[in-house]
Amino acid sequence: MLSLRFAIPTANTLTPPKIKPKPGLVVQTAWNQTDLFPSLPKRYDYKLQAATTDLSVAGDIPAEEVVELPAELSRELLPKHVAVIMDGNGRWARQRGLATSAGHEAGVKALRELIELCCQWGIQVLTVFAFSYENWIRPKVEVDFLMSLFERALKSEMESFSRGGIRISVIGDSTKLPTSLQKLINEVEETTKHNSRLQLIVAVSYSGKYDVVQACRSVAEKAKDGQIQLDDINESLIEQELETNCTEHPYPDLLIRTSGELRVSNFLLWQLAYTELFFAQELWPDFRKDEFVDALSSYQQRQRRYGGRH
Amino acid sequence: MPSHVSFIMDGNRRYARKNKLKQVAGHEAGYFALLSMVTYCYELGIKYVTAYAFSIDNFNRRPEEVQSIMDLMTEKFELLCRKDSVVNGYSIRVHVSGNLQLLPQHSRDAANKLMSLTVNNFGLLLTICVAYTSTDEIIHAVEKCCEEKWVENDGRTISLADIEKRMYMEIAPDLDIVIRTSGENRLSNFLLWQTAKSYLYSTSALWLEIRIWHLVWAVFNFQRYQLLQKKEE
Repeated sequence: MLSLRFAIPTANTLTPPKIKPKPGLVVQTAWNQTDLFPSLPKRYDYKLQAATTDLSVAGDIPAEEVVELPAELSRELLPKHVAVIMDGNGRWARQRGLATSAGHEAGVKALRELIELCCQWGIQVLTVFAFSYENWIRPKVEVDFLMSLFERALKSEMESFSRGGIRISVIGDSTKLPTSLQKLINEVEETTKHNSRLQLIVAVSYSGKYDVVQACRSVAEKAKDGQIQLDDINESLIEQELETNCTEHPYPDLLIRTSGELRVSNFLLWQLAYTELFFAQELWPDFRKDEFVDALSSYQQRQRRYGGRH
Repeated sequence: MPSHVSFIMDGNRRYARKNKLKQVAGHEAGYFALLSMVTYCYELGIKYVTAYAFSIDNFNRRPEEVQSIMDLMTEKFELLCRKDSVVNGYSIRVHVSGNLQLLPQHSRDAANKLMSLTVNNFGLLLTICVAYTSTDEIIHAVEKCCEEKWVENDGRTISLADIEKRMYMEIAPDLDIVIRTSGENRLSNFLLWQTAKSYLYSTSALWLEIRIWHLVWAVFNFQRYQLLQKKEE
């Protein structure tokens, strides 16, 4: 009846890191994560650019390039699946006296850079929490802007993703999305389904709890119809019904959340059982290559025991 | 004030090694650390405390260690059954959450005895998760749903409320704060369902090094977040 998880522990003492981690990087603790009086970010002039349809910044994602990793990182210890909660666009815009929309646009640029890095460094799956089921209660103006931003981003990136070998999958309750966006999502998923360099999973209108509920529902229906016995219900059956069944690696090795919030906010509930969590202080638009290297470096220091022996 | 705080009590073996003690001594001392934290929570007015004592994954450890933990558990459950124990002093109701069928008979009996003896206590609910993983809890709830719905002959499909009602942790509200010791930043299959919106606090102190000011700091940051949320609304 029970399927125990006998995951092979990936003890990372085999390849010691070349460089000692900087203080405050190894395993974030609340003592250095949450300051009582955090210093304000440096002010700099940011010219608001009119929103354009084309969000490409640095050109196409280079195809199949072998790129050397930063010195602190070890290729064997890279996570296969990285998940990101892209928090802080609104705060970033407010700090600069800009509209929230400018924050979201800046967030898209940061995401694009992260996608490129994942491609270059050989990370196989990247899951991003773009829009939670709970976000529907935000002001209509913001929600409408976000929906149109998704559409524009998908349209402008579709060709570039195709050329770069990126497969797009979208998870979440798509019935609440505008019809035009639903159609575009289907088109993009179909066009990129054979790509294999990086799988980008975008969670839109997604709730971790509802993902589990719908998986349980499917399994229960199968049991009711006699396709499976009650005793056969185990973790792997549920896993096959979760929305992350679109990938071979449904469980993130590393979850990164930006903007200093210490919570998972109903993102990937079941799938996060053994995920290493990394909480970054930076707001999402400021999360760039250096910050990603910090997160990966912290991940590589960790001993994953999965409840077993040392 | 948060209503539900949980502890992932990590680091007993490391503490034992650091202080040249036997491993089981580390776990025994961990039990006393838990009791201290529970009394601090009681004084702060926190009504629900949950502790991750033993995961289903921990059965993978050396058999001698598993055996010694089971024996320790039985001993401590029986100790708490005594009239002069701290649970009666503070009117603490103890609930043991998990797949108790996986426990040896003596531990299961001791757990059931403690639960029935304290069922009418109303000061604080202490839930101890033993032979527990969140994924197992969800599967168990689904199986129960299937069994009960077939008996009722109900045509409805399973809802979120149906699953929640049948979880081991149905007895307590959603978690406000998760405190994990010994510096690890992961949930380890603990209360995944209930921590969807919780504040996650990780401290590098080992479980036996935890003090009241860790708890106070976690509560303070939780309250700060609540205030910020209210301001934004």
